[in-house]
Amino acid sequence: MDVLNMTALELSEKIKKREVTVEEAVKASLEQIKSVEKTVHAYVTIDEKGALKKAREIQKKIDEGELTGPLAGVPVAIKDNMCTKDMLTTCSSKILGNFVPTYTAQAVENMEAAGMIILGKTNMDEFAMGSTTETSAFGVTRNPWNPEHVPGGSSGGSCAAVAAGECFLALGSDTGGSIRQPSGFCGVTGIKPTYGTVSRYGLIAYGSSLDQIGPVARSVSDCVAALEVLASYDKKDSTSIKREDCDFTSALVDDVQGLRIGIPGDYFGEGLDTEVKAAVLKAAEILKEKGAIVEEFDLSLVDYAIPAYYTIASAEASSNLERFDGVKYGYRAKDCEGLHQMYKRSRSEGFGEEVKRRIMLGSFVLSSGYYDAYYLKALRVKAMIKQAFDRAFSSYDVILGPSAPTTAPKLGQSLSDPLKMYLGDIYTISANLAGIPGMTLPCGKDSNGLPIGLQLLGNCFEEKKIIRAAYSYECSRNYEAPEIAASEAGKVVE
Amino acid sequence: MAKQYETVIGLEVHVELATKTKIFCGCSTAFGGAPNTHTCPVCTGMPGSLPVLNKQVVEYALAVGLAANCRINQYCKFDRKNYFYPDNPQNYQISQLYLPICHDGGIEIETAAGTKIIRIHEIHMEEDAGKLIHDEWEDCSLVDYNRSGVPLIEIVSEPDMRSADEVIAYLEKLRLIIQYLGASDCKLQEGSMRADVNLSVREVGTPEFGTRTEMKNLNSFKAIGRAIEAERERQIELLEAGKPVIQETRRWDDNKEYSYAMRSKEDAQDYRYFPDPDLVPVIISDEWIERIKAAQPELRTEKLKRYKEEFEIPDYDAGILTSSKKMADIFEAATEICKKPKKVSNWLMVETLRLLKESGQEPEDIAFSPENLAKLVELADSGVINSSVAKEVFVKIFSDDIDPEQYVEENGLKTVNDTGTLKKVIEEIVAANPQSVADYKGGKQKAIGFLVGQTMKAMKGKADPASVNALLREALDQ
Repeated sequence: MDVLNMTALELSEKIKKREVTVEEAVKASLEQIKSVEKTVHAYVTIDEKGALKKAREIQKKIDEGELTGPLAGVPVAIKDNMCTKDMLTTCSSKILGNFVPTYTAQAVENMEAAGMIILGKTNMDEFAMGSTTETSAFGVTRNPWNPEHVPGGSSGGSCAAVAAGECFLALGSDTGGSIRQPSGFCGVTGIKPTYGTVSRYGLIAYGSSLDQIGPVARSVSDCVAALEVLASYDKKDSTSIKREDCDFTSALVDDVQGLRIGIPGDYFGEGLDTEVKAAVLKAAEILKEKGAIVEEFDLSLVDYAIPAYYTIASAEASSNLERFDGVKYGYRAKDCEGLHQMYKRSRSEGFGEEVKRRIMLGSFVLSSGYYDAYYLKALRVKAMIKQAFDRAFSSYDVILGPSAPTTAPKLGQSLSDPLKMYLGDIYTISANLAGIPGMTLPCGKDSNGLPIGLQLLGNCFEEKKIIRAAYSYECSRNYEAPEIAASEAGKVVE
Repeated sequence: MAKQYETVIGLEVHVELATKTKIFCGCSTAFGGAPNTHTCPVCTGMPGSLPVLNKQVVEYALAVGLAANCRINQYCKFDRKNYFYPDNPQNYQISQLYLPICHDGGIEIETAAGTKIIRIHEIHMEEDAGKLIHDEWEDCSLVDYNRSGVPLIEIVSEPDMRSADEVIAYLEKLRLIIQYLGASDCKLQEGSMRADVNLSVREVGTPEFGTRTEMKNLNSFKAIGRAIEAERERQIELLEAGKPVIQETRRWDDNKEYSYAMRSKEDAQDYRYFPDPDLVPVIISDEWIERIKAAQPELRTEKLKRYKEEFEIPDYDAGILTSSKKMADIFEAATEICKKPKKVSNWLMVETLRLLKESGQEPEDIAFSPENLAKLVELADSGVINSSVAKEVFVKIFSDDIDPEQYVEENGLKTVNDTGTLKKVIEEIVAANPQSVADYKGGKQKAIGFLVGQTMKAMKGKADPASVNALLREALDQ
């Protein structure tokens, strides 16, 4: 019996039946990490000792009947922008390279309370700014399907770790597609819930009004079970929403009869790879065969999403990242003369290029005399995009499209042309601006063997409709895991 | 003829609100405490922490705004003011720029020149910063975040004041309103009320305002008065010399009675204000406003009127008693117990104010209980102790809030009313002072005073001077 081939739900079930121990599961994950990490480099921090200790504690609680949840005993990974008490939390940035939080993020606490074991923290684009996980200060993460390609980003570490079997579930965060795009590139399933569903307390902010935590898993069922654990009202987060309808697993039914699915023509135009297009449309065909009503429509305003997003997210980021100044924690430049030099040098040396680019962009759009023309206008566009989705959801239950225009690009291709990289976020960004939920799941591979992601969007608070469509589609196909040859892959790194 | 100048003044007043916890987290606002002990991830700006608004802050701001006749923004928001300084852990201050909670109000002030309305432009809510401590021994600075996140309101007036008198009257009126509302203790010395003075001068008759400066670090009404005088003269001197006034922020040094420029407008930072995405808009319903209005305590004007009617005390007394919320509270509570308003009023207006002045304290610092004051009034009024003993006992009440009944008992201070004992002492005094006796009998009424004094001395003060006087006359007139 190979533990690593189980889904998270199967594993927890077997643990509760005493067919597998928690320690065996953790050890199997740690073994897998050891064998593939050299190739994939999904983790920034691996807490072997802590995970093994926790495994014994959780085993005891399960044995004593204290922990009965569907994910109890499952080893997981956390994106490195969520605070974990006494465990390094770096945001993959030099400026937080030595930062150990004094408290744990609410989302992580929910996972721990449900009996999941944290194996470590996963790599990401620095401060979640990027679409490839190449802007990390601690080296790139590689796509488990082909180490010459990126895993996507910014939650590239989490998605690669799940795909490579280095954990059963992982947490990601999504500001403009950072869960959905890398899930597509890595052939795993990820969901960004409605804004306000998962507490942001302890999530190191990038774009506060857009950031949302969500799970990444190997199956729709695992992903949804984890979402049910994550979703909770938190009075420590003013933007948290009290929801009564978080029984997401109840939507895991193989039935799309009568479900109205809209395909935005705007998502299938210029720039979309033909193989991606074919795979996504084929998925729509399958759902249609299962009884869904599939129609094409115009979403409109798609072209305005990217400039509005980069204006709002950068503006918020420029302010959110001001606290990293070398005074209280994190990196401080040595031998500075006076306060200003300390600020300047700590931040210049501590932040990477992409982060600095966005801080400058954000500071500019907020500056006196430009605020109305840029920031306020972007907020108006955001409101209009929300209206466009409202109109669409008056006709459709779910919007179906690709999660990215292409499959995972090769390493090094994207950073040379940031504008092109920004354009890659075109299908995911609108969901953050509108606050709506979105899910990505695998829908095939291109001729190079790289996974293609199918994205399903729903109206605010209507995750269940997406889940129903995703689960029904998933039932039509089998999960596929990448083959990672440790020795051969090892060569790639060296 | 020399030109006539007019001073134009507007104030920005910061008031620390009397909430138990901070504006965006549950940490204590208590003054003092070892450095960084009243802190948490939120008020130290730890990564990932988020602010949650303290409802009491909104209620206090509303109460002050309503009392100052402001209009309320029923949809109000918080904005971030971005600037780098180590006392500000996030490097942005959460404040209000675009939609402050209160706007367009005003209060009436009274000066020797008459009454006048000072308009209030706006009142907004914001968080206080931490405190930097520059270590003189080590080459470093330390920061204490205990004050970081303490709630403040900033009350911005229109440039409606024309003299230091008006400024002081406006500040006193504001302070009284806020104290009466219980929204703050408003102590200038401790910094729970801070005023920045915006001042310009112009030739009388000129319609436009002159260039203004902003004066900071004004820690007392006296300092404010001196700073206004000095700044007015400085600006007039510049204008007379044909030099321009530079728009700048200046810092007042009250010891040197001199201000110096901190930063000019050219150095002004771009604060890049934008709505704080971590906080949701505050929606203030009509019902909420009505609730605050209904819970509004009696303010000074109403109290003044009631005192004159209910307690039949002179206008002068009522004016002084209501000039401090603390004093008014003690007056009412003590009167409630002993039912002797004029007597209570006398203790407050004479002895209390004298002792406060001697110790450099303000009425808000009064530490004794109304119960002990009421007991003292009873003791003195019923003749158990005489007035000089009462004053002596009051000093102990003022300093240590002692129970006067117990104190009088333990120290044997009761007036001796035993006529036998008194008569015996008087006989001795009469025998020992033949000259005074002769003087008295010779028609010098004043001589009796000396004999009363001698008797009181022999009684160690524990006699009723009136009784002594009567018994002495009785003995001498025989």
